[in-house]
Amino acid sequence: MKETLFDKVWDSHVVESIKKGPQILYIDKHLIHEVTSPQAFNELKKRKIPIFRPKQILATADHNTPTKDQHLPLRDELSRNQLSQLSKNCTENNIMLYNLGHKYNGIVHVIAPELGITQPGMTIVCGDSHTSTHGAFGAIAFGIGTSQVAQVFASQCVLINKPKSLRVTVNGCLKKGVLPKDVILYIISKLGTNAGTGYFCEYAGEVFENMSMEGRMTVCNMSIEMGARGGMIAPDQTTLDYLIGRKYVPKGNKFDEKATFWKTLKTDEGAKFDKEYYFAAEDISPMITYGTNPGMGIKITEDIPVKNNESFEKSLEYMNLTKGESLINKEINYVFIGSCTNSRIEDFRVAANYVKGKQKAKNVTAWLVPGSRQVKAQIKAEGLQNIFEAAGFELREPGCSACLAMNDDKIPKGEYCVSTSNRNFEGRQGPGARTILASPLVAAATAIKGKIIDITQENT
Amino acid sequence: MEKFSTLKSRAVPLNISNIDTDQIIPARFLKATNKKGFGDNLFRDWRFDKVGNLKSDFPLNKPIYSGSILVVGNNFGCGSSREHAAWALTDYGFKVIISSFFADIFKANALNNGLLTVEVSDEFLVYLFKLIEENNKIEIIVNLKKQTINIDGESMSTSFEIDSYKKTCLIKGHDDIAFLLSQKEKIISFEKQNINLK
Ligand code: SF4
Repeated sequence: MKETLFDKVWDSHVVESIKKGPQILYIDKHLIHEVTSPQAFNELKKRKIPIFRPKQILATADHNTPTKDQHLPLRDELSRNQLSQLSKNCTENNIMLYNLGHKYNGIVHVIAPELGITQPGMTIVCGDSHTSTHGAFGAIAFGIGTSQVAQVFASQCVLINKPKSLRVTVNGCLKKGVLPKDVILYIISKLGTNAGTGYFCEYAGEVFENMSMEGRMTVCNMSIEMGARGGMIAPDQTTLDYLIGRKYVPKGNKFDEKATFWKTLKTDEGAKFDKEYYFAAEDISPMITYGTNPGMGIKITEDIPVKNNESFEKSLEYMNLTKGESLINKEINYVFIGSCTNSRIEDFRVAANYVKGKQKAKNVTAWLVPGSRQVKAQIKAEGLQNIFEAAGFELREPGCSACLAMNDDKIPKGEYCVSTSNRNFEGRQGPGARTILASPLVAAATAIKGKIIDITQENT
Repeated sequence: MEKFSTLKSRAVPLNISNIDTDQIIPARFLKATNKKGFGDNLFRDWRFDKVGNLKSDFPLNKPIYSGSILVVGNNFGCGSSREHAAWALTDYGFKVIISSFFADIFKANALNNGLLTVEVSDEFLVYLFKLIEENNKIEIIVNLKKQTINIDGESMSTSFEIDSYKKTCLIKGHDDIAFLLSQKEKIISFEKQNINLK
């Protein structure tokens, strides 16, 4: 039988199939954070059920944490309580926690790959929809709700129906200034926000083969934004080169053994997908969103479409934009470079490369928030911090930050923010905030010019 | 988890598509460590104005609408996996959500909390909205055992799909944890052959 990459990994993790019901899927790695785990810990405690495999769980504090003065006690009482619950729960249950201030702390989807916890062929879950990020390594990784977090605590398994399979193939060569973020924003703008619902998506073709691991993570990260539970890319030499030497990756002979197995993880020629889409790299340009879901994207040089539809109009009203309008030259006062979509070293290299020798526009407040302490250290080591500071930017401490605005990093009501995050929902970056999603290059250029510009005309 | 078999109730219409979980419960209200009280902030930024007064034009605030059934547009519950969205809806008093399409994670979260998600055709959804608009007192009967929706006093009805395992869980009020624990031996023997644990 010809199998897809998804079939290979999924089927090898099925403990049992229930007749006319879901499957019991074994989970190799369970990632947790402060917001979606406390109620699950409570549930187990209440029912006197022990955590089944604490060694397969990794915890971090990221959603609710400040991105300044992390060494000081948290000012917000509720946030402080959530973090102390996490510490307490992890200590009581022997779970590894990279707490605030730890050198490995950061956004859950940034730290697990960077530490080598994420590996090809694994099943990974987390109480967070962007768990799809880890699929970049050829793992099956998906977000779950808190009830399922409790299930995994209790049994290291989830009960789930096998999703259908979808493949998006993009061949050809990307144009200058087109980044992985543009590729995924383009795909979502074409397919819509629910094309993937009920599916797991494999990304294939030259564009993804030639992409770095950071880029692949950006793409897989946003799979959920087209409704798919997860996305994945077959592991190859790029994957192995990224993994080798990382903290939790096996060393020496053991690595070679693993690598031999990992190389078998690809879709067999002729394997059937339930749905397939094809795009050409040459058609993709730098992208930007204008509405309140990630599917509402256009090429930066295009005008907002003209459509008569209630949801569409409601969305434009929230954004205070009009049909047929161009976003070029739109004044922007806030820029956010961060989130599990674009807060890895490569993203800051792109931004620094553009910013170098320029000055931030006066009207702009820019937040540069690295995905982890390790990323921050690397930004420093590569001299990028100096570039940012010379241009008038401040580099903050790691965390989810303005991506979901649970901490103090909120965009004021009515303001636009060009953001490298993944969601432009109403109020996502603060009540009344208006989010425009873009690549780190577009975000950096916006911060320098104080307005949206046609990046394709720039020397990048 | 509460048991569910049938429900006869009026419905609140919320005819908006792509309602994401950030709208159902905004992130700034996710700081609690228990499951209670999220209903107060259900649809917070749509239900209340800046200073915390109820917006009179939002359907949930209109006194003409009541009941424990919420009828919503296509692709309900997309976005964040926060189960707080399901907790907010049940805490507010909803027991059934009817739409033509639900996002995956939301659906699983809802069912895990005894909140029944009922998927109907686009046509039936349009019909429902129209019916409620014309007569806000109309009652909808959701029968989980028969997997049907009937409208009191109307001939039109429809059936819906649900996974038979989940259906049994809802009817009996069981959640998945007990079932998974009963499978422990199989799980342990599976671990021995799992290449990723070697
Ligand atoms: S950065 Fe944003 S999307 Fe990513 S895990 Fe944090 S809150 Fe979720």
